[in-house]
Amino acid sequence: MRYLPLTAADRTDMLGMIGAASIETLFADVPAAARLEGLIDLPRQASEAAVERRLSALAGRNRAAGAGPFFLGAGAYRHHVPASVDHLIQRSEFLTSYTPYQPEIAQGTLQVLFEFQTQVATLLGLPVANASMYDGSTACAEAVMMAARVTKRRKAVLSGGVHPHYAASTHTLAHAAGVKTQRLVAAIDDEAAVIGAIDAETACVVVQTPNVFGTVTDVSAIAQAAHAAGALLIVVTTEAVSLGLLKSPGDMGADIAVAEGQSIGNALNFGGPYVGLFACREALARQMPGRLCGETLDAEGRRGFVLTLSTREQHIRRDKATSNICTNSGLCALAFSIHMSLLGGEGLRTLARINHARAQATRDALAAVPGVEMLTSRFFNEFAVRLPRPAAPVVEALARRDVLAGVPVSRLDPGAGLDDVLLVCATETTLPGDIDALASALAEELRPT
Amino acid sequence: MRFTKDHEWVEMEGDIATVGITAYAAEQLGDVVFVELPAPGASLKAGAEMAVVESVKAASDVYAPLSGEVTLANADLSDNPQSVNDAPENGGWLVKIKIADPAEVEALMDRDAYEAHLRSL
Amino acid sequence: MTLQSVGRPTRAEFQPQANDGQARPDGRIGQGLLQDEPLIFERGRWDVSGVDFDLEGETFDESDLAGLTRAEAPALPGLSEPETLRHYVRLSQRNHAIDLAIYPLGSCTMKHNPRLGEKMARLAGFADLHPLQPMTTVQGALGVMNELAHWLQTLTGMPAVALSPKAGAHGELCGLLAIRAAHEARGDARTTVLTPTSAHGTNPATAALAGYEVQEIAQTADGRVDLSDLAAKLGPHVAAIMVTNPNTCGLFERDIIEIARLTHAAGAFFYGDGANFNAIVGRVRPADLGVDAMHINLHKTFSTPHGGGGPGSGPVVLSAELAPFAPTPWVVHGAEALELVEHAEGAGAQAFGRMCAFHGQMGMYVRALAYMMSHGADGLRQVAEDAVLNANYIKARLSGVLSAAFPDGPCMHEALFDDTWLEGTGVTTLDFAKAMIDLGFHPMTMYFPLVVHGAMLIEPTETESRREMDRFCDALIDLAAAAKAGDVERFKAAPRHAPLARLDETLAARKPRLTWTA
Repeated sequence: MRYLPLTAADRTDMLGMIGAASIETLFADVPAAARLEGLIDLPRQASEAAVERRLSALAGRNRAAGAGPFFLGAGAYRHHVPASVDHLIQRSEFLTSYTPYQPEIAQGTLQVLFEFQTQVATLLGLPVANASMYDGSTACAEAVMMAARVTKRRKAVLSGGVHPHYAASTHTLAHAAGVKTQRLVAAIDDEAAVIGAIDAETACVVVQTPNVFGTVTDVSAIAQAAHAAGALLIVVTTEAVSLGLLKSPGDMGADIAVAEGQSIGNALNFGGPYVGLFACREALARQMPGRLCGETLDAEGRRGFVLTLSTREQHIRRDKATSNICTNSGLCALAFSIHMSLLGGEGLRTLARINHARAQATRDALAAVPGVEMLTSRFFNEFAVRLPRPAAPVVEALARRDVLAGVPVSRLDPGAGLDDVLLVCATETTLPGDIDALASALAEELRPT
Repeated sequence: MRFTKDHEWVEMEGDIATVGITAYAAEQLGDVVFVELPAPGASLKAGAEMAVVESVKAASDVYAPLSGEVTLANADLSDNPQSVNDAPENGGWLVKIKIADPAEVEALMDRDAYEAHLRSL
Repeated sequence: MTLQSVGRPTRAEFQPQANDGQARPDGRIGQGLLQDEPLIFERGRWDVSGVDFDLEGETFDESDLAGLTRAEAPALPGLSEPETLRHYVRLSQRNHAIDLAIYPLGSCTMKHNPRLGEKMARLAGFADLHPLQPMTTVQGALGVMNELAHWLQTLTGMPAVALSPKAGAHGELCGLLAIRAAHEARGDARTTVLTPTSAHGTNPATAALAGYEVQEIAQTADGRVDLSDLAAKLGPHVAAIMVTNPNTCGLFERDIIEIARLTHAAGAFFYGDGANFNAIVGRVRPADLGVDAMHINLHKTFSTPHGGGGPGSGPVVLSAELAPFAPTPWVVHGAEALELVEHAEGAGAQAFGRMCAFHGQMGMYVRALAYMMSHGADGLRQVAEDAVLNANYIKARLSGVLSAAFPDGPCMHEALFDDTWLEGTGVTTLDFAKAMIDLGFHPMTMYFPLVVHGAMLIEPTETESRREMDRFCDALIDLAAAAKAGDVERFKAAPRHAPLARLDETLAARKPRLTWTA
């Protein structure tokens, strides 16, 4: 078997050297009742070629995003990732290394994490960032838990514009720990409702911008209201490219900013693996969950990097840890960092501007389709439209014509009463021909029969 | 000075107790990097968690040796946590407590008893 | 308050020393094949971008975002493509990796990562797929999830699996939340979770996160769960036990069936930490041991790459009683095609909620499935046998020089040593590990599990050849002899042949510098 180097002769020799009569001797502690004598009922080993055929067949039954017109966003975004990124993350020393427990022989990983933390902190507009979380949704959940720890309060207010999956994931974690999450009614723009929901029990307010309906908001007013009540403001960003053009969460008064980093360096991957970004104000740094990389000196006075402040983490603090996290999203964070290094701040802004322009062009084309009503007035690269019929069947019908038209809100939030609303996203990968195809297919589908 | 079996020391002045960790504990911990202290006004019960002393590789709970109210926390430790290593039974003190029950002080070990306790570990 | 001493150099301030010939941060000094490499912020330029855009004819009108845009581009440097390649290739050369040599980290299962997985995960049909596309357009992806679920269920003997947890610790939380939901459905909410003293830190941390108090179960002298202590601590307040088997000392819990029986008799659930599944895959099914829920680390047993610390993937297999409470989403066979149950209604009515956005770590599912299909039932059984054989081989070769923590009887897939053998030498476990680096080896896991003093936990995995293991053991035997012979300086000064010497972790913690500042 190609992955198992031991030969039959090796095994015999080694058993002899150990003084074991057979391999069974080494499994003697397994209760007889639980010992499997034969093979489990699953296929036998297969050659690389055979496995490739089977998996390629499965891959072939999916319609790749880039194979035709594609307008989905809602938390995962299709961007062009330069070829160097994927090439570099496949280098052995990045791909097959582990958590940098021995920093002297892991400076590659550690320096990347330090650069990543700096990039994330800069983009989010806050002074400290961690070495990544699993994804944006769990980062959001952990931010709420952190706010509860810091303020010693047990209520979180979630704007109705927060991605429903993020709200649900946050509720799962918070509920277990006895923190109440109040999710406001789904709304294109609910600044006033959010401010109105803050009281003396509120640990934090969670606001997403651009929100799930695409609305871009200056959350400074919400920040002020939260702070006046002694609560923290958590700002969520699901489209990291927007950070190239829009005011940063830190600049608008966020105490904690979380984001999904997938847009930069990482493919859609049907939902994972992704990479969570997490940044906060200086005074809160010790309460941050997840890994942190810090600068230091070695015994010879040379600069180096180490994991630090780890006494907050599970392997030390155990049941009093800031969280239970063990892994970060290392390789995805590396991909993010490489792409970000190629882009630079100027490049990211240009990329963001192109995204906005493509979305405007898409909006213009759709606004001309009879029956389509624009709902989002201020957007980055994604917006919501109302259709004259439930959106999900329209999306299915367009999919049969090979046009992936967007995400029906009912897919994310069936109880919101927004079954006729569709979320449409365009990026720099969206071509004029795609926009025409979407508009004409939609026009045909919505034509009264 | 009196001691607990969990390696805290207590120095009384009237009804105010100054509390810290012993040289033995500081040595066991290694380089202290951060100390988390209760706020003035916090009320403590003997035996409850009072503070956390963090070194690079561990975070140790410090238990209140006596019941009472915290009057002062050692503010110097936020910039100079290494005082706990340099002068654990002096400048590296953690909190001052206005005690509720003088009998609790009597119940603590004196230095001889504490040193005997150390030898038994 | 017993802690391992630190043994690291420290200083009060950041004062880089200007040592001639030493690496400086400005990239002037290299050494052989190693290049010194500064930070991108010290190397990149602020108006440069290594990405070209097709801007001809493009006009930008951002008046609709007035007041919402940042004044300037983010203050981050860019690099041309050649500079980017150099930067990261130079950094990569400063990492140890499985592809270089044995990486014997106990509890981590650092086995070879098949490159077929990388190729398959990158097929456009998998990589370029949005999670919210209409289900008719992603039948192959749902097919992968369905097939992976089938393999995991069959290998463990369990009827259901929650695929979405993003890592092992996330899976532990998922399992405990399902258990909590099951107790609540019975009208029997409980307060406490029991974990052995040898448990991995994620176990008590997760239990606390799930809202439980944690109590420890004592260990016997031969490194197993103390049954009488367990029996004494079980009661109507206990929701679950969390047990790793083989345990973190590398030993199989002989009384596991009795442990399960006692737990169930007390109305509690048995959560299995599957971190050590590599020792028993294909030979033992956790269901037959009485497990109710168990997470599987795909990045351990099923060889999805460790990637410098992640991403992982931690699906949780579930008993019939816990299955209804599994978090959304999961794959079902609809009338005509595969579908995802995504909401807590209908078939998902009892789901305790959602662990994360979307469906889980699809990229890791493809890799794990490629691994499973390649090995097959026969190959996987061989994996467990070779993993256990290799660990026992290393234990046998080293037991003459190192002190095995549990010398009687075989170990499973990992061998545990303590620091008794170093007594009187002035050399600590840490020093020994740093000296291993000078010989080209990544050290084993140190100071874990906490129940053994100065622990050294060695897990070779099945993908190590006899020759590599002999190379490793020969080197350690020589090194151990040097320690016993009193060559203390060699150990205290180690590592001398790594890109950097020992790092000042105290300074990093006292005066944290977490980002670059100009």
